[in-house]
Amino acid sequence: MKRHALPPRLWHWLNLACVTGLFMSGLNISNAHRRLYWGEWGFAPEDAWLFVPRFPGWMTIPGHYDLAAARDLHVLLAWPFAIGLLFAWAAMMLNGHFRRDIMTSTAEWRPAAIWRDIVQHLKLDFTHHGSKYNFLQKLAYGTVLGILLPLMIATGMAISPGMDSAWPWLSEIFAGRQSARSIHFLTAWAIFAFFVIHIALVLLSGPVRQIRDMICGGEA
Amino acid sequence: MRRRAVIAGIGALFTSACSRLSDSKAGEALLSAAEDWHRKAHRLLGGRGALAREFDRADISPFFRGNGSTDPDSAEYKAAVQNGFADWRLAVRGLVNNPLSLSLADIAALPQRTQITRHDCVEGWSAIGEWTGPQLALVLEQARLKPEARFIIFHCADRLAGKPYYESIDLADALHPQTIVAHRLNGEALPVRNGAPLRMRVERQLGYKHAKYLTAIEAVAKLDGIGQGKGGYWEDRSGYQWYAGI
Repeated sequence: MKRHALPPRLWHWLNLACVTGLFMSGLNISNAHRRLYWGEWGFAPEDAWLFVPRFPGWMTIPGHYDLAAARDLHVLLAWPFAIGLLFAWAAMMLNGHFRRDIMTSTAEWRPAAIWRDIVQHLKLDFTHHGSKYNFLQKLAYGTVLGILLPLMIATGMAISPGMDSAWPWLSEIFAGRQSARSIHFLTAWAIFAFFVIHIALVLLSGPVRQIRDMICGGEA
Repeated sequence: MRRRAVIAGIGALFTSACSRLSDSKAGEALLSAAEDWHRKAHRLLGGRGALAREFDRADISPFFRGNGSTDPDSAEYKAAVQNGFADWRLAVRGLVNNPLSLSLADIAALPQRTQITRHDCVEGWSAIGEWTGPQLALVLEQARLKPEARFIIFHCADRLAGKPYYESIDLADALHPQTIVAHRLNGEALPVRNGAPLRMRVERQLGYKHAKYLTAIEAVAKLDGIGQGKGGYWEDRSGYQWYAGI
């Protein structure tokens, strides 16, 4: 048996491409109106809770300000991103990957156990005992897969006026379109924070083997 | 070091491929297909007649921001403002059996719809206002659309960067109950900033579809030959999506 099966490997790289494109085109879209609000409406500086910096060209797709092109790419990549995540969840639930490797047990939530895991991470000891992932990994993957990525899709749909007519309850859940837009922005950066930690830990735990295994599967 | 260069190279290739997607014929087709899937998905999930949310008076934003043209500077428009739009006419023409030329009094005499809705700009901001006017469906009923009519074009009195503003929608949105020819905002005559004396409300789409300073409504079979053929001022000029429900 491989360390990573083929479908999660395919999804992993498809998702990386989608999230990268969505994030960078999203920063271009953010440049169109650099203020965030809570509630349904907001347009003026005095309504804003956050003034967003202008993101420079090297952080955005396209590399210059182009709202139309950035939106085109954003709404195109939204399809493989959302459908890919849907398939990933369906597969994980059906084949037991979720129960076996990502779902945590009550024992793992004991403070002493969590502390042991933190200390082990700080010592850069990445040996796993028994299960495939340790507690912090399960927590991180579970949060990204189960909360942050779905939240990007839900808030993205809540921002769309067409979806808002089709499913009016969606933006009501987020207490208004401008709140949904704010959460969309914050969640995007939370995913970026995960990305940075993820890359750092891959680099610290034998990057050649980690990347090779995520491409070729590796030995279990 | 070489591996790092390869990874950087793949990254650069990806971002530049994304940036230049719309330069190729296939890329352009893909982008317009994605736009189409969104439109179909919205109408599948909510039905063609799904209503935009309506709000309470208490939700109205204290000011309604104007964007794009906020004070058209043509001599004709200035003169129309001067005499209180007394001679303003709205033409209804194109693929109709009964072309119309409506005064503001004619429009006010039609059954009115008042709705408090949220206006979403493509840039990201929103404002809530109360709009009043007849449903476009009523106007089109009087004009009697010909069966070959598929799109409704809105012609406007304002010009941006020297080009006349215009917009277009399909019949699903044109005949939608919340699509109105608005002449009042928050109980007052429409301010110049927001499109006086007449503007469209197309509530399930972004702000640039809501044509202001409305002078004519034209029924057509296709969008070719109007402006540069992409169905609207911003669509022609900057490549904005024609379906602005996303």
